[in-house]
Amino acid sequence: MTTPASRTPEGGYIGAPVPRREDARLLTGRGTFVDDLPMPGVAHAAMVRSPHAHARVGRIDAAAALALDGVLAVVTAADVADIQKPWPARMPSPVPGTAIRHGVRHTLPGDKVRHAGEVVAAVVAESRALAEDARDLLSVEYEVLPVVATAAAGLAPGAPLVYEQLGDNIAAHIVQRVGNPEQAFAAAAHTLRETFRVTRGGSHSMEGRGVVARYDEALDGFTVWDATQAPHAVRAMLAYLFELPEHRVRVIAPPDVGGGLGPKASVYPEEVLVCWLARRLRRPVKWIEDRHEHFVSAAQEREQVHTVEIAFTGEGRLLALRDVFTHDIGMYGALVAPVISACTVPGPYRIPNIHSEFRAVYTNLQPTGAVRGAGRPQGVLVMERMMDRMAETLGLDPAEVRARNLIPADAFPYEVGMWFRDGARLTYDSGNYPELLRRALERADYAQARREQAALRAQGRHRGIGVAICVEGVGLGPFEGAILRLDGRGRVVVTSGAPPQGQGYQTTFAQIAADAVGVRFEDVDVVTGDTGAIPYGTGSFASRVTANAGPAILQAGGALREKILAVGAHLLEAAAADLAIVDGAVRVRGMPDRGVPLAQVARLGNAGVAFGMVMPGGLQVGLEASAYFAPAQAGYSASAHVCILDVDADTGEVTIVRYVVGHDCGNVINPLLVEGQILGGVAHGLSNALYEEAIFDEQGQSLASSFLDYPLPSAREMPRVEMFHLTTPSPLNPLGVKGAGEAGTLPVTAAVAGAVEDALRSFGVRVNRMPLNPARISDLIHEARRPS
Amino acid sequence: MSETRAIALTVNGRPHRATVETRLTLVDLLREELRLTGTHVGCEHGVCGACTVLVDGEAVRGCLLLAVQADGRHVETVESLAPDLEHLNPLQAEFVRHHGVQCGFCTGGILMSLTAALRDNPRPTEAEVRETLAGHLCRCTGYQGMVDAVLALVAAR
Repeated sequence: MTTPASRTPEGGYIGAPVPRREDARLLTGRGTFVDDLPMPGVAHAAMVRSPHAHARVGRIDAAAALALDGVLAVVTAADVADIQKPWPARMPSPVPGTAIRHGVRHTLPGDKVRHAGEVVAAVVAESRALAEDARDLLSVEYEVLPVVATAAAGLAPGAPLVYEQLGDNIAAHIVQRVGNPEQAFAAAAHTLRETFRVTRGGSHSMEGRGVVARYDEALDGFTVWDATQAPHAVRAMLAYLFELPEHRVRVIAPPDVGGGLGPKASVYPEEVLVCWLARRLRRPVKWIEDRHEHFVSAAQEREQVHTVEIAFTGEGRLLALRDVFTHDIGMYGALVAPVISACTVPGPYRIPNIHSEFRAVYTNLQPTGAVRGAGRPQGVLVMERMMDRMAETLGLDPAEVRARNLIPADAFPYEVGMWFRDGARLTYDSGNYPELLRRALERADYAQARREQAALRAQGRHRGIGVAICVEGVGLGPFEGAILRLDGRGRVVVTSGAPPQGQGYQTTFAQIAADAVGVRFEDVDVVTGDTGAIPYGTGSFASRVTANAGPAILQAGGALREKILAVGAHLLEAAAADLAIVDGAVRVRGMPDRGVPLAQVARLGNAGVAFGMVMPGGLQVGLEASAYFAPAQAGYSASAHVCILDVDADTGEVTIVRYVVGHDCGNVINPLLVEGQILGGVAHGLSNALYEEAIFDEQGQSLASSFLDYPLPSAREMPRVEMFHLTTPSPLNPLGVKGAGEAGTLPVTAAVAGAVEDALRSFGVRVNRMPLNPARISDLIHEARRPS
Repeated sequence: MSETRAIALTVNGRPHRATVETRLTLVDLLREELRLTGTHVGCEHGVCGACTVLVDGEAVRGCLLLAVQADGRHVETVESLAPDLEHLNPLQAEFVRHHGVQCGFCTGGILMSLTAALRDNPRPTEAEVRETLAGHLCRCTGYQGMVDAVLALVAAR
């Protein structure tokens, strides 16, 4: 892999399809995931989890477990009293004048457990197998309480209380209004009302959560290797709970984290317990989440029930939207997903009057967070289903109805009139939705596809076509930083806070840094996710890193370049303006033989002339520059998907015939990697649309806690995806970038739902609930056939 | 706790002897005892395929096979495919070109399944490649880059 990285025709790296420098180690089995790290003397923790969704915790008898040879400790809430502080709320409500009613939890539940799978104790032993043997010998008494297993149950009068002190189960009730929706509904020629349900799902990164902690007695501090998306947030929580200054808690996301997709951006009790145990035992302690634990304890998302109404004219122009929904927030969570859902519903359409309202409801299910898409897919599904129903009502083509309502290309910045999840106004920065839709339809040969559909229908085949278009808030703040330096080898080292979980920052950050400093891609090293290497950072989530870290790298890189050229100017006795960096050396333009290697520049700039000797007059010391970039608001990417599929009405099986994706995430740093992000996102969306469903019974017990009950699509189920890009640069940052990490997922459930309903139009099937697995499709057909 | 047994096996061409608990899985032997950490554990119930290794040339789930069952066998893991980072084999090189890797957690097992399948059938169709990959779960890539990587390898043959 020694061929130089590809460049754009202009000679830069930004925008070029540079193959990833991460790949070689991952392809040869030499990656370093958290469970791969050599950790001599490590002890292994197993978590003791409540089998009940809601129960008072009684006596815990650990005698038999502790008697087992090789068992080092069993810890319960009483043991960790020194760190049993209330966990702080993750974020306030971003909508002014509203609040989240915070359900206070602790690292271990002192009083009662609130979900099946909640940790009540931990066992540490010389091996994981021994720790699990001991766990099975532990006896925990529970007094089982009535369970809130759905948001609807949580809202019912007399419902059991997840948090007694709140008086009810409502975490938040947020209303946002634009214009005068009541008046618009009253005066409208047409209105439609529907209810849609989207079910819970998990991230199922192939690597679960995992953490290894080491306590350093001499420094009274921790070093924590954590498969996390947000090491600085973990540090803040640990510093708070252990009452340590932040600099004595070093959290490192290992160079390789096996997928994140949302849940690894939360902090969990296991991370805290492992640190406490490492301090108690004076040994490194490791806990690796197994798949069953991922099913019952990692954050999930998506469960919402929307009742939505639209008002529109006879020509198919939207006049008003009313969307009222419940969001199952689980036993712990933030308002990330429901606020984003509310703000995603209006999408790419001009809607002058909006009433948006949700209740986030505590339930006795595991915590919620974000799962790739983070509330957006639900919002897209709701709006796009209504666009399909409006088309059906008016006898218009679904693509045409959409085109009639799109925000025109000259209307940016476009203010929707709501508050977004980042606490800023929901204002679309740039876009060209009509062109995006037009090209998606063209790429899918839409008119021809409709003709083929008519021919197939005449033969009794069930061909359906679904169109979905959406706007996606991305690149959320508050900030990300970058420290760039020229090291003693003459290499540029980029340090940034957010860690990757497969996105390829070692490649994209190096592309940006190489262009900013003016060095070769091969001369850049990238360090991420280490709180000991950069003091502040936010993390990898919300499709935010390129739009936050990217501009920080660009800015710091420019400053480093100036410093390098100033030192070079001194060494070459030339004006800095006459210098360039070429092939690892600072050179005088037009004089190829006059140059100094970057390593020599680094020696003077970072070490001085010699030990204890003064620097030449005026030369700035330290070839290092840092920058923090904080965008004023989120950027807004856009996608248009066309899905053509066949449904087998006998088996309920869906076969995707064509899948076309149009995508606009502003300027692209690396098209190869952006396409990879989109493809992965589409797979996740198809999984949500057709396969995966986290089912819980009325007692809050997971009924789908293995990959046998909770199917994910394989390469056999995935269609070939056709893709094109549209580029409307973002004015919010100097790179013009937006975000692409979640984009592929967003419109898929909507496009598939539209296509399946279209395919089964002869039966009059109504698709109001996802996923559309064969059993549900068969049920829909049978229900539609049943004489009423 | 559990009874032990002495086993001898060949891993990536090198002989190993070990005394193992009979309940130890093959993947834990490889990862914990032999420190071959390129083989990963993703589900421990035989679905995800991240732990796939070759035993006497057959692709098997390392999480469903006990270490004692590998006694006397030849085991191949992802570490055997290339001597170092600079000398990727042709399949690995195509994975780089076609962006077949994102987080890379599932990749080792996938490469081993493909290695076995390509020995049996050096010129698979796209459907056959997808059939082989169907024994694996990847949550990052949507599989398309992997499929294209194998098809490019086949086309170059």
